[in-house]
Amino acid sequence: MTAIDDSFLPADPSTSKGGPVLVVDDLTVRFPTHDGLVQAVSGLSYTVEKGKTLGIVGESGSGKSVSSMAVLGLHDPRSTRMSGSIKVNGAEVIGASEATMKRIRGNEVAMVFQDPLTALHPYFTVGSQIVEAYRLHHNVSKKVARARAVEMLDLVGIPQPDRRVNDFPHQFSGGMRQRAVIAMALVNDPGLIIADEPTTALDVTVQAQILDLLQSLQREFDSAIIIVTHDLGVVAEMADDVLVMYGGRGVEFGPTKDVLTRPSMPYTWGLISSVPDVHERSDQKLIPIPGTPPSLLNPPAGCAFFPRCAHKDKVGGDLCETELPEFLPLAGNPAHLKRCHLHDPEQIYVDEVAPEIFADASEKLEN
Amino acid sequence: MFGYIVRRLMTAFLVVVLVSMVTFTLFFKGPSDPASALCEETGGRCTAAELNSIREQMGLNDGLVVNYSRFVKGLFVDREMYYQGEQMCEAPCFGISYGSRQPVTPQFVEKWPATVSLAVGAVLLYVIIGMTLGSLAARFRGSFFDRAVVGVATVITAVPYYVLALVAWIVLVLQLSIFPETGYHPFTDSPVLWASGLLLPWVVLAFAYAPANMRYMRGYMVESLGEDYIRTARAKGMSQQGVVFKHGLRAAIVPMTTIVGLEFAVLLAGTVFTEFLFEIDGIGWWSINSLGNPIDFPVLNITGTAAAVLIVLGNLIVDLLYAVLDPRVRLA
Repeated sequence: MTAIDDSFLPADPSTSKGGPVLVVDDLTVRFPTHDGLVQAVSGLSYTVEKGKTLGIVGESGSGKSVSSMAVLGLHDPRSTRMSGSIKVNGAEVIGASEATMKRIRGNEVAMVFQDPLTALHPYFTVGSQIVEAYRLHHNVSKKVARARAVEMLDLVGIPQPDRRVNDFPHQFSGGMRQRAVIAMALVNDPGLIIADEPTTALDVTVQAQILDLLQSLQREFDSAIIIVTHDLGVVAEMADDVLVMYGGRGVEFGPTKDVLTRPSMPYTWGLISSVPDVHERSDQKLIPIPGTPPSLLNPPAGCAFFPRCAHKDKVGGDLCETELPEFLPLAGNPAHLKRCHLHDPEQIYVDEVAPEIFADASEKLEN
Repeated sequence: MFGYIVRRLMTAFLVVVLVSMVTFTLFFKGPSDPASALCEETGGRCTAAELNSIREQMGLNDGLVVNYSRFVKGLFVDREMYYQGEQMCEAPCFGISYGSRQPVTPQFVEKWPATVSLAVGAVLLYVIIGMTLGSLAARFRGSFFDRAVVGVATVITAVPYYVLALVAWIVLVLQLSIFPETGYHPFTDSPVLWASGLLLPWVVLAFAYAPANMRYMRGYMVESLGEDYIRTARAKGMSQQGVVFKHGLRAAIVPMTTIVGLEFAVLLAGTVFTEFLFEIDGIGWWSINSLGNPIDFPVLNITGTAAAVLIVLGNLIVDLLYAVLDPRVRLA
């Protein structure tokens, strides 16, 4: 909490610029199914400060999309069990009324989805969908909203926006559609944008443009961004902080540079070693993580990653199998957290893992 | 677009011509002989010479091709026909009914409004009921309401239509007198009588057609509500009602037009049992009555041709509507 007395703040929490935009605390999301309870997200906590970018990384089923959809309350309450706390500009989301959620969605927190082809309604024009988003939160005439839509399309780099505003989504290319989705997300100037794999469905050449666009708009609008991705390259380019998720939990968190240069958790090592490096020789070996992600119906006792962990022998006894490691700061670096039993992961990374990952590079140096 | 319509109309025309040829051939080569029926009716004793002279006068001795070309010509110019005496049959001539001894075209024109009235009212009623219940069931999918609506729909679908209509008529008109006597009165004579006479048939037809339409609507709505763009609309801050009834409904309506359009074309071509039971003098009843001895071929010919034209046109209109409703569809 900030030092300012709450009573001095305006009643509308969206205008309170004091604290972080988003605080997620001990979030748990579960889906009851016929086969049992799917524990999609367990004990997840993170904070996003105004104007900052958080990257959430993880493989399919790690809970990264589920947790970000929970921020907008997009899970059907009839088939979802949630506990913990999600505060958007100080307002609690979990258990909030539909009226509160309607005000938050699109206005304080907006979302950019993975596949811009299916995220836009095929039967409504791009313009009318942006107009609709604007008028849900602003009591203005259609004409004013339309002018705003044209302005937004111009801002995201759609050529001839006053004409293209009347186009249907299928008349846009993939990259343009994603630009339109971003325009729609930004139309209400939200404090937080959640981008759920915004470049996964796009061509590689377009991906970079979209990331650049997001970054420049972030500077212009001063919004915070959560970028959900499985692409470490995206994280390296975009994110100030990074949260690595595995089996529905946060397993490593810290400033991006820290996490990528001094990763402290075997799963993160695995992620880094499975990224191809196009600057190196094309016959470079990729080192995949062995095994498959854990079942969220019956997550392993202890650390969720131990069945795939190559370093569990270095932990004494059967600690990995029986006890869930706590999410604790590294010694000497309180901003960098890890969920791992290894005592000195940094040393193991430097001595064993890094040489393996960068073997090709060192070979080349020797020759 | 214009070229597309012209091409579609040409194929439609071909289909209708083919249907009429097949109908004509089936009758001409079939066992029903209007001449012998006429011969027996007149004299009591029918000699081979008499029969032959009747066949000669009716032109039946001239073979299929000659008869068909006479029929086609009669569609464009007035034609003299023989059936117990000479008669003028004005173009477009589909022949003279063996039963009423009158040209069938004016009779068709006279009877069709009854069928149209019945079809339009029933379609309006069941489309409104079916689509409303279907979209609500999809909106509250899995709820008690959803289960109840789907359950009732299944039961209604399982009851044969003639049982449904018969029971409705016996109970609601004869026993309880909740509904007025049924029958057709031209709208221009008295709109009140017109509506009251058709009320029960509309309700019964709607009752029979609504369940299937409800199920289609529910299915399409469930499908569209699972789409990504629905999640986008919710993420924009739209209310649940707005999401369902603007974005969801808009997508579900497109496939529904196909189903409703074709059903409507079939209803316009005549509802046999409904017209018969509720004494509505439309073309469904008319055509079923023509199946005596001899088969009243001119009646069958005009109602069959009308049905073919309606179905072919219905298809064309549905396709054109599709292009209007779905901006991704371009006709070429």
